[in-house]
Amino acid sequence: MSKSVLRTLAWLVPVAALAFWAAAGANLGWTKTTVPVKKTDEVTGITVDDYQKRFVPGVDFLGVAFLGAGILIGASFLFHRQQPTTPSN
Amino acid sequence: MKTNLVLLLALSSLSSATFAAPLTFNFKDPKGVNNAVFKLDAPLEAVNGNATGISGTVTFDPAAPAGTKGRIVVATSSLHVGNPMMQQHLLGEKWLDAAKYPDISFEAKELKNVKTDGDVTTADVAGTFTLKGVSKEITVPTKFTFLKDKLGQRVPNQKGDLLVIRANFNLKRSDFGIMPGQMEEKVSESIELTLSIAGAAPL
Repeated sequence: MSKSVLRTLAWLVPVAALAFWAAAGANLGWTKTTVPVKKTDEVTGITVDDYQKRFVPGVDFLGVAFLGAGILIGASFLFHRQQPTTPSN
Repeated sequence: MKTNLVLLLALSSLSSATFAAPLTFNFKDPKGVNNAVFKLDAPLEAVNGNATGISGTVTFDPAAPAGTKGRIVVATSSLHVGNPMMQQHLLGEKWLDAAKYPDISFEAKELKNVKTDGDVTTADVAGTFTLKGVSKEITVPTKFTFLKDKLGQRVPNQKGDLLVIRANFNLKRSDFGIMPGQMEEKVSESIELTLSIAGAAPL
């Protein structure tokens, strides 16, 4: 994998993660895999949070994305810049 | 002789009407609505969750609520929060240790400051709260709502009464050996609990 590919991924990953996080509601708390949906019993008046499966990315999700970008940037420095080849006469 | 028998029957029906018998309410809820909500403050986001694995029985006499006794049990494994890693820690060895301590319970022993207004009774319920194997005597302000003949509206073809119990109180996690003195800057010492449960007494 070349330096340019790694550096492209390094900005694509956090940008994509930010876009997904914003579209999912820009949750400023922790990532959730279940969300509460209120349900009320009409006879007793008791309300309960019925947790339903739904992925809601949080700030830890963004943190992982930016950490991944940092790793990709770091990995890109392990590759030498490819020198253009000059034809011999 | 016949007059005496009629008089005896009349007297016994009068006494049963005057002295209502205590009813035993079962809090295992087929509708899955009974719940206990817990909340602990934390810097990024409060730890919010609930537990729905509720069971237990309470004996309540609508004519004499001061004599109420009972025990409510919450299955530790039924506690739930939205973040999966937090969920794992919550039930893990360092926090609630659900594997070793499968139940959280409150045993009501005495009611104080009992006030009744129609079907609603408020009281301070004194009893024993057990969490992570540690038992402590606490007093919980509680509201009892007696719903006569309402069981049939919840469970078809069943006759009986309902008792709704609501309580809101705070506990200190260190009092129950839950990470005492640790991580107080990340998870608050105080746990806010809100109980909303309904029990059934079928005829």
